Amino acid sequence: MTVRSPIVGIVTDDNRVFKALADPTRRFLLDQLFARDGRTLTELESELEMSRFGVMKHLRILEDAGLVVTRRSGREKLHFLNPVPIRLIHDRWIDKYTERQVSALADLKHELEGETA
Amino acid sequence: MTTSTGTAVTTQVYRVYIKATSQAIWDAITKPEWTERYGYGGLSQYDLRPGGAYRAFASEAMKKAGAEMGFPTPDVVVDGEVIEADPPRKLVQTWRMLMDPDAAAEGFTRLTYEIVEGKGGVTKLTVAHEVEGAPKLAVLLAGGLEDTGAGGGWSWVLSDLKSLLETGSPMDPGNPLNRG
Repeated sequence: MTVRSPIVGIVTDDNRVFKALADPTRRFLLDQLFARDGRTLTELESELEMSRFGVMKHLRILEDAGLVVTRRSGREKLHFLNPVPIRLIHDRWIDKYTERQVSALADLKHELEGETA
Repeated sequence: MTTSTGTAVTTQVYRVYIKATSQAIWDAITKPEWTERYGYGGLSQYDLRPGGAYRAFASEAMKKAGAEMGFPTPDVVVDGEVIEADPPRKLVQTWRMLMDPDAAAEGFTRLTYEIVEGKGGVTKLTVAHEVEGAPKLAVLLAGGLEDTGAGGGWSWVLSDLKSLLETGSPMDPGNPLNRG
C-alpha cells in the first residue's frame, strides 16, 4: 500500500465535501443533477420549497466543495454534478478499509429492504 | 449519463484540483510516457495542432483483459482530431471510442480539457465531454460499467491522475487495466 504524507489542502477538501453532503437539501440537489445534469438555478429552484436565495446558498456550498461545477451556455448558467470529489474519498477511504466489507453491508441492506418491500 | 429536454444538455463535466503545475498536467494528458501510467493506460499520440491526429493505443494489459472477456482489442482504442491546442491551458478535440463496437458506432464526441493554475501550486483541471448522440459511451464514461471490468470512467481516470502527479504513484498499482 502507498503511504501518503498528509497534505493540508486535501484534508480541507474532504471536510468541505463531508459538510456539503451532511445536509438533506444539498443531497437532494445532487440527486436532481444526477437524474438530469446541466440545470439552471430556476429549474433546480422549482423542485424545492425554498427561496431562490436559499437554493443559491446551498449551490454555493456544493460548488465550494467541488461537487457542483457551473458552465455558461449562451445566457444560461448550467449546474453540473461533479462526481470526482466523491470518487477521491472512495479511493482514499473505502478502498483502504476493504471494499468487500462495504459491498457485503450494501448487499445486506438490499436484502433487508427487499424483504420488507 | 443523462439527457435533458429544454436546454438539451448532454455534456459530462468533471473537475479535479491537483497539486502540480499546469505544464505537468498538460504533459500527463498529451505525452505517451505519462498516459501509460494512469487510468486506462496505453500510449496516447497527439499531433498538437488544429486538424492534427489523436490516437490512443491499446496496452498489453488491455489486450489481455479483452481476450479474457472474449473479445479482440483493436490496436487503436480511441481516435480523434485536435480542434484547438493552447498549451498548457486548453485542449479541444474529437474523441471516438473504438474498443467497443457499439460505442464506436456512435461516432465522434467532443472533449475539452481546461487547465487553470491557482494559488499555492494547486491547479484546476476541468474535463467537459460532450456526448450528444452517444448514450452507450456516456454510460462507460460515467463509470456505469465499472463492475464489468471496463474501468470507472472519467472520475476514476482523474482520481488516478491526481494520485500519480501528487504522490508519484497511481492509486492501485495492481489494477490489471491500469498499466501495460
